[in-house]
Amino acid sequence: MPVNETLSQYSDWSYTTATAIYVLALVFFLIEQSFGANGRRAAERTKARQLVGAGAPVEATADVPEPPVRRGRVERIGRMGAALTVLGVLLHFAALLLRGLATHRVPWGNMYEYIMAVTFIAVVTWLWAIRKFPVRHLSGFMLLPIVILMFIGGTVLYTVAAPVVPALQSYWLVIHVSAAATSSGIFLVPGVASILYMIRNAYDRNPKRFARFGSRLPEADVLDRVAYRTTVFAFPLFTFGVLCGAIWAESAWGRFWGWDPKETTAFVAWVVYAAYLHSRATAGWRGTRAAVINTLGFAVTVFNLFFVNLVTTGLHSYAGVG
Amino acid sequence: MTATEARPTPQYRPTPGRRVLSFLRNTWRGLTAMRTALILLFLLALGAMPGALLPQRALNPTKTSQYITDHGWWGTLLDRLQFFDVYSSVWFSAIYLLLMVSLVGCLTPRSWEYVRSMRAKPVLTPRNLARMPHFREATLERSADDVLAGARKRLRGWRTAEREEADGARTISAERGYLRETGNLIFHFAMLGLIISFALGKMYSYDGQVIVQATGGADAQFCNSGIYAYDSFNPGLRVDGTDLDPFCVKVNDFTAQYTATGEPVHYSSNIDYQSGNDLTTGIWRPYFLEVNSPLRTAGDRVYLLNHGYSPQFTVTFPDGEVRKQAVQWVPEDTKTYLSQGAVKFDPPDVPDAAERRTKQLAITGVFAPTSFVHGGVLTSTAPVLNNPMVAVDVLRGDLGLDSGQSQSIFSVDQSMVDDGRLKRVARQNLAVGQSITLDDGTKISFDGVQQWVALQVSHDPTQDYVLVFAVAMLVGLGASLLVKRRRVWLRVRPADGDENGTVVQVGGLARTDQAGYGEEFTRLADELLTGGKRK
Ligand code: HEM
Repeated sequence: MPVNETLSQYSDWSYTTATAIYVLALVFFLIEQSFGANGRRAAERTKARQLVGAGAPVEATADVPEPPVRRGRVERIGRMGAALTVLGVLLHFAALLLRGLATHRVPWGNMYEYIMAVTFIAVVTWLWAIRKFPVRHLSGFMLLPIVILMFIGGTVLYTVAAPVVPALQSYWLVIHVSAAATSSGIFLVPGVASILYMIRNAYDRNPKRFARFGSRLPEADVLDRVAYRTTVFAFPLFTFGVLCGAIWAESAWGRFWGWDPKETTAFVAWVVYAAYLHSRATAGWRGTRAAVINTLGFAVTVFNLFFVNLVTTGLHSYAGVG
Repeated sequence: MTATEARPTPQYRPTPGRRVLSFLRNTWRGLTAMRTALILLFLLALGAMPGALLPQRALNPTKTSQYITDHGWWGTLLDRLQFFDVYSSVWFSAIYLLLMVSLVGCLTPRSWEYVRSMRAKPVLTPRNLARMPHFREATLERSADDVLAGARKRLRGWRTAEREEADGARTISAERGYLRETGNLIFHFAMLGLIISFALGKMYSYDGQVIVQATGGADAQFCNSGIYAYDSFNPGLRVDGTDLDPFCVKVNDFTAQYTATGEPVHYSSNIDYQSGNDLTTGIWRPYFLEVNSPLRTAGDRVYLLNHGYSPQFTVTFPDGEVRKQAVQWVPEDTKTYLSQGAVKFDPPDVPDAAERRTKQLAITGVFAPTSFVHGGVLTSTAPVLNNPMVAVDVLRGDLGLDSGQSQSIFSVDQSMVDDGRLKRVARQNLAVGQSITLDDGTKISFDGVQQWVALQVSHDPTQDYVLVFAVAMLVGLGASLLVKRRRVWLRVRPADGDENGTVVQVGGLARTDQAGYGEEFTRLADELLTGGKRK
């Protein structure tokens, strides 16, 4: 079926606009983070919650009454940032949907589309994290890698809407690549949270380090939980993705596992995340070391996306751009 | 031992036997410690990485040897250290074998522990429930029996134990989320099973590639009767090729669909196959072979890997003898299918070998499915068969067929050309139906094109087990990561002094990740404290 040029044009516009909106939101969040009392307040809030958890005989689960919120200008800027992010994610979704409609297939058949899907999932996951944890003022750090990825995707890796090669025409494409893109997108969140965790932890040990920045981050414990909750969700999904990949490879390439560079790197990432989960159950490895491992896991995921796709060529058909 | 009988054994001087024993015990402890598992996991990740960065012999032997020659002593050193055969290397095997030992050592005690904990009752209610991370207390206007009955109903699905304490207070201890540990054990055991099946599969599997003409004729048939039937064959360690599962396939046609810009969108072939009883009865069964849908028969799988063209030539020798041949040519350019190859002819009726070696013919050159000639140079603009053309060199002389050396079917022996024993006698572009007449009257005509397909046959007896274990891993992993192990306790006692009613305390503890239990606990405590009525 021919590609619908109009829809794909609209998709491109949505994508560009979404990226621009994220950049704007990023600026708002950075203002909030740098000037806002929010960071400090969030930190205090979590500290209070922890004290209660440690055993005071009161109703421990209800949220501690928040310190009176001053709806200052900075707070408003943060809220606007969040609203902009929601707007951006809607356009981002539209871009994906229109690509799919234009090409009559799932919109993740080449690297540009894949990055579009991964970043979309990352933003959605982050919006979930904002609702669940007091981390909104950190959104800038999350949007930064997303915007960079989207920029690279939209320029260097941009691909005109087109059908895909025979090996990619299978419903396993839909399942396997969706799982891979979704889990990679989610993994971005614990990756960034773990980096912030390390900073916060360094500050906690020695308040002279990262003095201004560290005090504005939430408690290390909160960051650790953001990282853990998201990883624990993404890891089985990633496992499922690899499993579907193997099933697909068996019917497309004649073997379910052949140590193709992409398969190898996925295996390495899987093992690193397994190590992360183990490290949280190992004395002496919780905390910073676990955070380092989680960051490493995300580094391997990004490496898989870029290096393996662009530099080495394996069987994966959309290795290489276009 | 006499000396030690005389006085008490000094603790710091164990006998050699004991020393060995304690060494073994310590090694075992060290190997099965969580920290070791962690380090081994890292080593596994690290060890697998070179396989993605360096060419691997099993995947691409030509690229590998090219890499080694390009990198001099460094390449040789890497080769010595098995960096081009990572996944069969000694060091990689050592890492995963140690990891497996560690895994078994870890799983055995945990399985016992698991069985014990599945039989055990939920633990005693702590003396001071207020110390728990989650705690609620209320005085209710209901009898203790009533409260307990309500709680029993509400805690259905939890494992509970009721106890009475010395001071008359009655308690319920409840726990749920045992599935977490179950899942964890399933996951790790399934992983063990998967690794073992995978390793066995490596020993008993094979795959082979073969090019077959897609004409439905005699040259379109392939039988899995031995290694010699293949163009290339990769056996597992335990496969010698004598005992392959017998089946035959016959390729009737090949169809490719392209987009307007020449991108392939679909490959398919109609084939016939026979296996099992059909081999004796001679029945052929049809199958529509496509990418992503291999033929599965006789425990093997047959894949459609690639396709290409075989230009067909007729040579009419001066004495009127006619020879026809169509030989597959290799696609040099995967985008346009500009292909290259050679067709070789022995002259008929020349019994004298020496004379024959002056008259052998080879047609070499390029083939373009969609031809475009510019300045006499033939190129192809698309992979689809639409105005095919060849640009050929006709060579005459000694092809080296008698030298005993194996010949490539895609090219002539260049040393014969260099020696001057094989000379070019014509060069021309030919469209279908056109011909060249050589100086001795031999006529060579380009008749048309046949298609060929590259098939792969794969055999892996354990892959179904691998799949079952992988699914079990996934299920176990899901349970192990998403189920929360949590406890709740209820203590009921009559109110002190003059007050009426019952004091009810509820305490809760999540044994794993605390986040997320708060909401469930709040809901649970609300219901327990209101006797099951929702607010
Ligand atoms: C072969 C490599 C291994 C892999 C890929 C692996 C993977 C995993 C994964 C993904 C989890 C997460 C499940 C959870 O947190 O409940 C886990 C948990 C666990 N694994 Fe492994 N494992 C491996 C080997 C081992 C070994 C050798 C041991 C024993 C030393 C071990 C002991 C454990 C324990 C005790 C847990 C539970 C941790 C917890 O409760 O959080 N694993 N493993």
